[in-house]
Amino acid sequence: MKTCLVVDDSKVIRKVARHILETLEFDVREAADGREALDACLADAPDVILLDWNMPVMSGMDFLRALKEAGLPQRPKVVFCTTENGMAYIRAAIEAGADEYVMKPFDRETLESKLQIVGVA
Amino acid sequence: MIGRETPSAGAMQLIGSLLEQRTGQQIAANRAWRIETALKPLLREHGLASVDALVGRLIASRTGELADKVVDVLLNQETSFFRDGAVLEHLVQAAQAMQEEGPGRRLRIWSAGCSTGQEPLSLAMLLAERADAFAMPPEIVASDVSPAAIARARAGRYSQFEIQRGLPVRRMVQWFDATGAGEWVAKPDLVRRIQFRRHNLTADAPPPGRFDIILCRNVMLYFSPALRRQVFDELAGAIRPGGLLVLGAGETVIGLTERFIPSQAFRGMYVAIDAAAPLAAIA
Repeated sequence: MKTCLVVDDSKVIRKVARHILETLEFDVREAADGREALDACLADAPDVILLDWNMPVMSGMDFLRALKEAGLPQRPKVVFCTTENGMAYIRAAIEAGADEYVMKPFDRETLESKLQIVGVA
Repeated sequence: MIGRETPSAGAMQLIGSLLEQRTGQQIAANRAWRIETALKPLLREHGLASVDALVGRLIASRTGELADKVVDVLLNQETSFFRDGAVLEHLVQAAQAMQEEGPGRRLRIWSAGCSTGQEPLSLAMLLAERADAFAMPPEIVASDVSPAAIARARAGRYSQFEIQRGLPVRRMVQWFDATGAGEWVAKPDLVRRIQFRRHNLTADAPPPGRFDIILCRNVMLYFSPALRRQVFDELAGAIRPGGLLVLGAGETVIGLTERFIPSQAFRGMYVAIDAAAPLAAIA
């Protein structure tokens, strides 16, 4: 079973994502900000991270940079999942090393499709 | 209240006949519920209380405009970018092999039943990425029976949900622009690689000339076996001997035509046979 870490400060979004991911047979973990997510990754890296952009404590972009610096032996795939839907944000995420990008709002098909593209579903 | 009245058997039969006459698609009894569900927005748009009222309007109507709309909403236009992506990758490999056999020749590909355009656009992206392998960009003709679907395909405009289905983000950034209204539109450099046209596989002559590859995926699923035979014959006339036919997963030519045989080199594809050539030389 593949593991997915859902990183979002919204409980509702985490719940919706968890529900979809569990129907896709993922073992789901949650973090409410980038700092919590980094701790979780250093303790036990997931296969894929669903990552919000704007969060308190540590943003999604800061988390992505910190994850790169952490130099994990096997870096998890990172899929941004955000309301920042402009081209400039998407380009910045790709340049920072994001593997895929989900524009909110999303549905099951979108999420499944993006997870297939990064090779975890 | 709209849609509360159960449609009469006669109304359902007339709607089913209209769809079959125009497109060849049959609606099986266990899919009849689809008629009611699919027609609801159209009933609302025209202020009609029931499917029977719609049929009354269709009979009274002097123009075919309402009938066109009915057919459009009943067609299954399910599609996505890079649907069964491995098949498209395989197809591009086949195209490269054809180009090697005929250097300098411009390959021709027909996406028959392209719905709202995601299939030919996906193919155009893949071919553009392998431009070095081709003497000239292959010609892509894309057609659909639905005028509304072809208009959307030609515009290359997709909702946020549509653009995210199957399309990797790097390709989205490379080939599409954001409109600012939550929609994404294919760049002119991508759209110009495709000739879109309205075409009815069951009634119209194929586009002129012979094609090297024809994709006709998930189009004939709801055709009768007799109609499938007829369409396979039409497609055989539109493809050069040795050309490849690509069907949807689960679709086959076996038992329906002798003009295509399974390709040994490219699994899941079918080779158009030249009656004069020995089979072993083709497959």
